[in-house]
Amino acid sequence: MEKFTTLTSTVVPLPMENVDTDQIIPARFLKATSKEGFGDNLFRDWRYDGNNRPNPDFVLNNPLYGGSILVAGKNFGSGSSREHAAWALAGYGFRVVVSSFFADIFKNNALNSGVLPVVVSEAFLQEIFDTVYADAKSTLTVDLEKQVIRNNANGREESFSINAYKKNCLLQGYDDIDFLLSNKNKIQAWENEND
Amino acid sequence: MGKTLFDKIWDRHVITTVPDGPTQLYIDRHYCHEVTSPQAFQGLRDRKLRFLRPEKTYAIPDHNIPTLNQDRAIQDPVSRKQVETLQENAREFGIKYFGLGHPKNGVIHVVGPETGLTLPGMTVVCGDSHTSTHGALGAIAFGIGTSEVEMVMASQSILQTKPKKMRIRVEGKLRPGVSAKDMALYLIAKMTTGGATGYFVEYAGEAVRALSMEGRLTLCNLSIEMGARGGMIAPDQTTFDYIKGREFAPKGAAWQQAVEKWKTLYSDEDAVFDKEEQFKAEDIEPMITYGTNPGMGMAITGRIPLLESIDPAGRASFVKALDYMGFKPGETLLGKKIDYVFLGSCTNGRIEDFRTFTQFVRGRQKAPGVVAWLVPGSKAVERQCREEGLTEILEQAGFALRQPGCSACLAMNDDKIPAGKYAVSTSNRNFEGRQGPGARTILASPLVAAAAAVTGRITDPRTY
Repeated sequence: MEKFTTLTSTVVPLPMENVDTDQIIPARFLKATSKEGFGDNLFRDWRYDGNNRPNPDFVLNNPLYGGSILVAGKNFGSGSSREHAAWALAGYGFRVVVSSFFADIFKNNALNSGVLPVVVSEAFLQEIFDTVYADAKSTLTVDLEKQVIRNNANGREESFSINAYKKNCLLQGYDDIDFLLSNKNKIQAWENEND
Repeated sequence: MGKTLFDKIWDRHVITTVPDGPTQLYIDRHYCHEVTSPQAFQGLRDRKLRFLRPEKTYAIPDHNIPTLNQDRAIQDPVSRKQVETLQENAREFGIKYFGLGHPKNGVIHVVGPETGLTLPGMTVVCGDSHTSTHGALGAIAFGIGTSEVEMVMASQSILQTKPKKMRIRVEGKLRPGVSAKDMALYLIAKMTTGGATGYFVEYAGEAVRALSMEGRLTLCNLSIEMGARGGMIAPDQTTFDYIKGREFAPKGAAWQQAVEKWKTLYSDEDAVFDKEEQFKAEDIEPMITYGTNPGMGMAITGRIPLLESIDPAGRASFVKALDYMGFKPGETLLGKKIDYVFLGSCTNGRIEDFRTFTQFVRGRQKAPGVVAWLVPGSKAVERQCREEGLTEILEQAGFALRQPGCSACLAMNDDKIPAGKYAVSTSNRNFEGRQGPGARTILASPLVAAAAAVTGRITDPRTY
């Protein structure tokens, strides 16, 4: 997994609530057997019309906005457990998603795919939307070590939470399997006692 | 202090806990389908790993498979490759595989309970959010992502942060014509689509206890639609009667022993939940959805909310949803013309759902112009429909049974609702494009779907 330390970037605003994983990556694009290529179909049905022409009203097609931080309305990533949603975001180039609330499975999938979900307060989220709509070039800085997100347009900061284990995984670029297998004797012991 | 049902099962499965981090939890049963597993199998290969306990995983293709002509090769080459990849992976890694046409094939969340592979007290995972279904048997069952699927394959365990616990009681008696599906849609509408995020739900109360096993499976299936990782119901006589004699269930002396153990699985009197909710069964009517998430539901006789009643931060999403559905605020949907009916899925693809639908359409005729896809949840349900004579009654009413699979619930196979068309669907998600690009989904119970199928309109089954 790719390491994550700090990131300063312009942002892509998506002020919709309840963005479900079927919108992030529709089911008909889940037929691949590798993790590659999902970014091309990120938000496919919002991004393109029925004839595969880019929808000019959708933010990813608006040349004003870009960067590797997506900022979305509350309850981002609800619905299906497809990790393909996280792969699509990563494949498109997002390293951070900011929202006031994430669905559980999506949050785990994102962390396991090197995409950092940052939970901020409703007020902080609204300020990001306000500053980015006032100036599309405004940036956010996300510092994982300090667990702080800063809106560089107004200098306001907020701290965010992440469990220490996952934080360390991201900082070091580790994933869980090595850890789990390092406990093989404990797994065996559990089975001897319970199975 | 007493323990909740959830705690009793969770605590028993803890292998170790990372300081200030997640728990390594032992997994008793792992189900695998073709969509969320190929990258996990590849991950094992890349790391030169094998399954730690291959006998605890069952692989069943269900998402991509056609619901007609299952005896022939899958036509869509990409779907075919994904299904063949699962078959090949199962062979290479020594996993049991119920492939297309196998007598135990079907939607994983229908097959698991009906074969006795899911049992009370188990921890159950699958790369599929509707794994919550299995909680109906008194198991901790939840959906996981593909990275986590790989963890389970490699270590028969998973790293998880312990969720908070919520109890939802539904007291009183459901009224005639009101089913477990209506109860679930009612709860989701009340709780909202993210209202139980961060929690594991235990359903309790008189109306929940009175549900059949099929009804309980439907209720727990939809837990994820209010954001809950899973839902569960304490096992009781209904549970034991359902499991007894099923293929993989314990037999003989082992059965007696198992039942004694399962009888200890309930929340103690003094157990404390992080949150408690209570609802009255009598308040629940047959439900339908009007928007593009399962929380946008209302009584079939109700009206779509007015824009002013929506929280300002949610108005953009509300307007977008109604625009997509072609509905107006304040509108009633009774009498609205519909184009498609879908009976099936891990939510409502069980025998009881087919009995309910059949009973309503018996002696009536499918409305001309309505396309009805009736898709049994499994080969076993398909067989039972035939044995009970349901298939014949349905045919007399102008319907035809298809072959099992996930089908139009997420339209990964050919069963796609065309853009702009209205589908009354017994499935679980009315998200934009879920049943096909541009498809408009109205979620409902099998009974409401049956009334729509014979009238071609949104119809209250109680008054028709």
